[in-house]
Amino acid sequence: MTKTDLRPSNPSLRSGQALQPSTIVIRPSKGWTALNLRDLWMYRELAFFMVWRDLKVRYKQTLLGVSWAVIQPFMTMVVFSIFFGMLAKIPSDGMPYPIFSYVGLLPWTLFANALNNASRSLVSHQNMVTKIYFPRLVLPLASVVAGVVDFLIAFLVLIGMMIYYNLIGVTHLTLRWEMLTLPLYMLLALVTALGVALWLSALFVKYRDVGYIIPFLSEFWKFVSPIAYSTTLVPEKWQLIYAINPMAGVVNGFRWALLGAPTPPDIRLLASVGVALFLLISGLFYFRRMEKTFADTI
Amino acid sequence: MTTVIRVENLGKRYRIGLVPQKYQTLSENITTVLGAPFRALRNLRIAGQPQPATRNLQYAIRNTQSDHIWALWEVNFEVEEGQVLGIIGRNGAGKSTLLKILSRITEPTEGCLTIRGRVGSLLEVGTGFHPELTGRENIFLNGAILGMKRAEIEHKFDEIVAFSEVEQFIDTPVKRYSSGMYLRLAFAVAAHLEPEILVVDEVLAVGDAEFQKKCLGKMGDVAQQGRTVLFVSHNMSAILRLTQESIVLEKGRLALRAPSSEAVDYYLSAGNSKSGERIWDADGVPAEAAPFQPIALRLRDKAGNIVDTIRSTEPFSIEMEYSLAAPLAGLRIGIYLSTARGEYVLTSFDTDDQKRFEKHGSRPAGHYLSRCTLPPDFLNGGRYSLGVNASSYRIRRYFMDEQALSFNVDTSGAPGMQWAEPRPGVLRPRLEWQIETT
Repeated sequence: MTKTDLRPSNPSLRSGQALQPSTIVIRPSKGWTALNLRDLWMYRELAFFMVWRDLKVRYKQTLLGVSWAVIQPFMTMVVFSIFFGMLAKIPSDGMPYPIFSYVGLLPWTLFANALNNASRSLVSHQNMVTKIYFPRLVLPLASVVAGVVDFLIAFLVLIGMMIYYNLIGVTHLTLRWEMLTLPLYMLLALVTALGVALWLSALFVKYRDVGYIIPFLSEFWKFVSPIAYSTTLVPEKWQLIYAINPMAGVVNGFRWALLGAPTPPDIRLLASVGVALFLLISGLFYFRRMEKTFADTI
Repeated sequence: MTTVIRVENLGKRYRIGLVPQKYQTLSENITTVLGAPFRALRNLRIAGQPQPATRNLQYAIRNTQSDHIWALWEVNFEVEEGQVLGIIGRNGAGKSTLLKILSRITEPTEGCLTIRGRVGSLLEVGTGFHPELTGRENIFLNGAILGMKRAEIEHKFDEIVAFSEVEQFIDTPVKRYSSGMYLRLAFAVAAHLEPEILVVDEVLAVGDAEFQKKCLGKMGDVAQQGRTVLFVSHNMSAILRLTQESIVLEKGRLALRAPSSEAVDYYLSAGNSKSGERIWDADGVPAEAAPFQPIALRLRDKAGNIVDTIRSTEPFSIEMEYSLAAPLAGLRIGIYLSTARGEYVLTSFDTDDQKRFEKHGSRPAGHYLSRCTLPPDFLNGGRYSLGVNASSYRIRRYFMDEQALSFNVDTSGAPGMQWAEPRPGVLRPRLEWQIETT
């Protein structure tokens, strides 16, 4: 390829703002800066390659390979079914407890893995951060997206379970139009994970304490989300406060869409979405603000 | 010619850390404590008057603000399209910081930088390589990380593979590669990056001599194609070969911009080294050198005078004066003698000798002088530079200055001076010749 091929004739190769074709001005930025999502768009191929690398590498040199994507939620479901379902007899909206908890664990696992990987993404790619320029947002974003594949694999097992329970005549699950809303609930889980991870990943660069906070936060969050139990157990007057946790909205939505649980979208979902958007937007601005110091402090 | 890079009043301040400096002695400790209010007052006064006139003062006292350091200070220069500019300076002079700002990895603290064109930066080769992925996969990944488009990588894929010489192993995970293969592949990707402006930092210091030659050749090609290149190196012969013009950085400031040969000369003779003596102030030594404290490096002639020019026909000595604030085990003081072009002539340590090694295996705290004498009829005429190093083998390097001192060797009276021609070679020994008639 000759030099002229790289010139403005190929607009995607230009970097930065449109002061002049391909001219960038670097000066100290003060305080809160614009998000500059355009720069992120320029680097979309890098984001794609990061996701691709993550997927390629994740189960290399493991014995069970991709089955790990299923084992994690499935084994948790088994444990939950024994202790919460059979022994504690926690009500499960009239569904068999295993399928009830697995439907909750699916989005939860997606969320928890996305949160964990994205929060650690900057520190685990230190080398890239200190040696190469790219919008740092690429790293947490790619980590979040890479988790979706695991989710889809684990989802296949859910379909198997639903068919099984239908065949043995315990449930009469059918295809419902509500199922079309699933991607939206998934998006809500990802937006929440990304929002929190933007805060945590930026803080992680400066304070390694975050590495110890992540597992704790994740465990804590799991119990305030209706995964082992149903939202209907929460007293009416606390329902709205409970819905501040966007993952409550996600899990309720999954159960409503897939199993017809009595938790249709309402004002509570609106609260969940509001909180998730607040986390995302505040996280984006905080991340952008801290971004300029990442290479120096990491 | 259009200006593609314009750097105006660029400054970068780093925070050294929240940890206060370690106090070596009680008296130092007391002066530090007592001096603190005065320093604070001085800083306050400076902060109150940001006029340009106070800038130099501000620079002068920058080190008294113990938690900050200015890695770059009021750097101004421009680069024209198609120019290949060398950047030279000692360790810590701000070269890497400048490159990091140019490649947008970090932001300047003050000043402004205008760049026209896509910048490709090679501060390291193989960034983002994943050991589990194959050579082929890593080419695509690394290409994307360096800012290449997928189509661009596909287009150049065969060329990259051919350059790297790892065709057979292209579908093998790179963790199975030898380190040489790994570096070759990494450099091959980087070398095929075709930005309008290329920023390169010492990446040529990889691989074997053969591959280094190839890399230099590739760099030369890049320069020939009319692209703008900024090239940082400690290798003066590479600087002279690849660049016409260079800038010299000294303690974060731009000391000189000149044709490369002049800049290299300046760099090699810069500092306190004109007099045949290099003296280190206590605050000119990085804190991590402790407990080692270099004091001076001197060059003495046969009569014991400190000189900056020695005669090739006479012996001369090199002495290093230093103190230890605490006992050190396994300490060795090394000297590195190299030519002005940066090629090594010799390396020697004060405990090379087995007996001395045993006797001085561990040195108590105190004041020391390590001296060695070099024989007469040894060096050829020209300019040489001397580096020092204090380390404990496989434990730690306390101090290092690669260009501590430079000196001239005068060849009057040396063998062969009846012919006024310059003689190639580093050594000028007096060899015993026999001429026989048969």
